[in-house]
Amino acid sequence: MWQKAGGGMTTVEVLVIGIGGFIGAVLRLLLSDLLNHKRRMPIGTLLVNLAGSLFIGIIFGLGLSKMWTMFLVSGFAGALTTFSTLQKEVIEQWQSGRKKDAVYYVILTYGIGIMLAYIGYFIVSI
Amino acid sequence: MRKVMLVGIAGMFGAILRTAIGQWMGEGSHFPIATFTVNMLATWLLCFFAAGVLQKIIHNQQIIDAVTVGFLGAFSTFSALSMETVLLVESGRIVLAILYVGFSLVGGIMIGLFGFYCGRKLVAA
Repeated sequence: MWQKAGGGMTTVEVLVIGIGGFIGAVLRLLLSDLLNHKRRMPIGTLLVNLAGSLFIGIIFGLGLSKMWTMFLVSGFAGALTTFSTLQKEVIEQWQSGRKKDAVYYVILTYGIGIMLAYIGYFIVSI
Repeated sequence: MRKVMLVGIAGMFGAILRTAIGQWMGEGSHFPIATFTVNMLATWLLCFFAAGVLQKIIHNQQIIDAVTVGFLGAFSTFSALSMETVLLVESGRIVLAILYVGFSLVGGIMIGLFGFYCGRKLVAA
């Protein structure tokens, strides 16, 4: 599979995505550790997903070069935001009886997140 | 500090693998199938591990964080989901955009529950 994937990715591109991914994952870890504890909402996860959505909209709107896009979109924003943790947190909220929180969390993340990507994309396109 | 480094390195691999799968699966269809696939896969694995599977085989919490927060967190992505939805709407494919968001949310919950179920079965066994 790696061979097939390699068809479109050079060593430099793999490195660039990797460095972006490193920074994104570390930033998400720090924000989650700082904000996720002892609260009804996983504010850290919510914040990275919303900020990452706004960011990706802006980057797409700017239409940067392939290398910058790989660094900032595939690497940084991709690793900063997360889907698996979001879904796991929703399931855990629901199963611990905090059904209202789970619904709010879904609406906030998906609703505001997609809206922010749209806003970011439009702000720089005009 | 060691935890931060481990999560970062694991995140690096998660991001690279996600992009590689994206390129491998290509953009043949209008539906963002690559992002959807990695997101479902990562959610199943995270919930499977969260059911206690990882604690049973790895006793180092830093390694567990690297796998879950670092690798699976970076392997899955929410920003791409947002952007792909915006691009679908922009190209007039409103129904597909709604289906994509709906499938991601509902599918993610179902596959996550299935992951927890499989994990608990394995831990209890």
